[in-house]
Amino acid sequence: MNYVLLAEQFFNGFQLGIILFLVAAGLTLIFGIMDLVNLAHGTLYMFGAFFAATFVMLTDSLILGMLIALPVMLIAGILLELTVLRTLYERNHLDQVLATFGLIIFFNEFFLIAWGPEGTGINLPPYLSGTISLPGGITVPDYRMVIIVSGLLVALFLYLLVSKTRIGMLIRAGASNREMVGALGINIKLLFTLVFGLGAVLAGFSGMIITPITQAESGMGESILILAFVVIVIGGIGSIKGAFIAAILTGLIDTMGRSFIDVALLQIMDTLSAETAGPAISSMLIYILMAVILAIKPSGLFPPKGA
Amino acid sequence: MFKKTLLAAPLAALLAVPSVQAAESIKVGIVLTLTTPASIIGKNMKAAYEVAYDHLGGKIGGKKLELIFEDDGLKPNIGKQKTEKLIKKDKVDFMTGFIWSHVMGASAPVALKAGKIFVSANAGHSLYAGKKCHKNFFNAAWENSQNPMAMGSLLNQRGVKKLYVLSLNYAAGKQMVAGVERTFKGNIVGKDLVPTSHKDWSAEIAKVKAAKPDGVFVFYPGAWGPAFFTQYKQAGLDKTTPLYSVFSVDGANLPIFQKRKMKHLIGTFNTMFWAPDLDNATNKRFVADFGKKYKGQIPSHYAAQAYDSLMLIAAGVKAAGGDASNTDAVRKGMEKADFASVRGKIKFGKNHFPIQNFYSRQVINKGGKWQLSVRQTVVEDHAPVMSNECKL
Repeated sequence: MNYVLLAEQFFNGFQLGIILFLVAAGLTLIFGIMDLVNLAHGTLYMFGAFFAATFVMLTDSLILGMLIALPVMLIAGILLELTVLRTLYERNHLDQVLATFGLIIFFNEFFLIAWGPEGTGINLPPYLSGTISLPGGITVPDYRMVIIVSGLLVALFLYLLVSKTRIGMLIRAGASNREMVGALGINIKLLFTLVFGLGAVLAGFSGMIITPITQAESGMGESILILAFVVIVIGGIGSIKGAFIAAILTGLIDTMGRSFIDVALLQIMDTLSAETAGPAISSMLIYILMAVILAIKPSGLFPPKGA
Repeated sequence: MFKKTLLAAPLAALLAVPSVQAAESIKVGIVLTLTTPASIIGKNMKAAYEVAYDHLGGKIGGKKLELIFEDDGLKPNIGKQKTEKLIKKDKVDFMTGFIWSHVMGASAPVALKAGKIFVSANAGHSLYAGKKCHKNFFNAAWENSQNPMAMGSLLNQRGVKKLYVLSLNYAAGKQMVAGVERTFKGNIVGKDLVPTSHKDWSAEIAKVKAAKPDGVFVFYPGAWGPAFFTQYKQAGLDKTTPLYSVFSVDGANLPIFQKRKMKHLIGTFNTMFWAPDLDNATNKRFVADFGKKYKGQIPSHYAAQAYDSLMLIAAGVKAAGGDASNTDAVRKGMEKADFASVRGKIKFGKNHFPIQNFYSRQVINKGGKWQLSVRQTVVEDHAPVMSNECKL
């Protein structure tokens, strides 16, 4: 067993988990509290990527560009909620799916026209383009470490927000029983707008921090959206804690699968079969995980109380 | 050109001589990807068809030439619909273009069934070079595994002993891997075919680092390239392990690499049947006129193939004395391929795929513009390995 590789893949899996968590946290709040199936959540991730790339280019600073892009994401999210999504709350899930799918197509085409087919990217400044050497010969790119640390800080912030503040109390109450919160005289419309804005900022932030690695292009939100849905189903819809644990679990399993399945299969079958089966099985792993968890705990690992 | 044809149709009707017009002009239907992120390739090829049109003086075999472009949106069903439209409504004499093997696979049978000559200007699906070859099917590019086979030979020549193979998990991606495995004599120490939805190679790059190869073979075309090459550098691999790529660093995406300042790609090797500085008169003229037509850009191999596709059709029509409806005579003319190619010389095998040289190319920065420069001939007169399976 190669322990250096194992450790590096652990970091890689953890980093993927962090990105998934940031997208899934907003998705689970919007789904859990507002009962809105928002397929366009991946579009918000794309918004973040393009906004950050543009502001980083204009300011010529990674940190400044992202700091400007964050409030812009909040405004974009709130505008989207006020103009389009607000009209969908009373509709059934199918209408919501159709309308938000329409948003995906609209914005993918919009970014294609506005930024060109080649998309855009963010170049890392020299102080982030190296690698960090850890004990035992483990090396991790600087920037991936930045993603892990900043994601953990956001997770901590969310934890404090949800468990220690009044707005967090309302969010938790909303996830458990939306009607009751409204009946108690809380301005549920305002709460929904804020939750959607928060979700947009989280998705946008993950799009921003991944862009220096994967680049920004039209349609980038859809592949992450599927994974984010897997995460919230595993974690329990409406639960931030569930989203965090499920995201890290999904990230680790996906990365470990891609790293070691083909080697493991070589022990039990010939090279050709292992080469064919390896990629197939590793891309199925997280769905198998989801199926198993749904079979044991149909409402996910950490369903909100009362849901 | 869209506008030109759109305007030309009602104009011809107004002149009230449509029947004469139809008989006098030769129409070529061209299906490319002109929307979606892949439109970078389509637009590059469209410009090349227009350069070829200009070089032909807008005429082939003494008749007026008409190019009709359509967009496949990177979808096989749309490519097929557009092919049907071009054949039934526009009554084209030839079909060409086609970037993707799966779009071509859906569209070619329509054209072949209608008795039209079909020239693939890029899609190089192996089946059409072997079992599924057809008397009216031509390919003016290559068969998928040819270029990676050349790369395998280049790796041997450059003394690479331990190779890591990275590709995409779909038909063409697997054919690329099969190609390099066929000729590479060293040891393949690792191999990963990632799903096409993949944009983060963290796990694969860690495996490459652990395997310590002395070269990495890469097939990441189009939008995969910028993301992969960026991560390769972020992991520090650019300093230790040379990259050898096929169809990943080309004239269409070099301007993007340059804009994103991916300097570690300068000096890397790839293989191809052509390069912008390949020394022959036709190529010099093509490269110069392409730049004039298309924002000063240097053409990609896609453009070179598009140019040769139209020239191949023109050679066939010329041999048939300008009678495009005489398919047998046109086909014979095309098989002879008597035209000035950007490759210098060109000849076709009995499966109608080119038998051609492959060269090593290196990324250089010349006059502030990144480009590919030919280094040496890696294999001469290379024909697809499945040519013998073709019963023509």
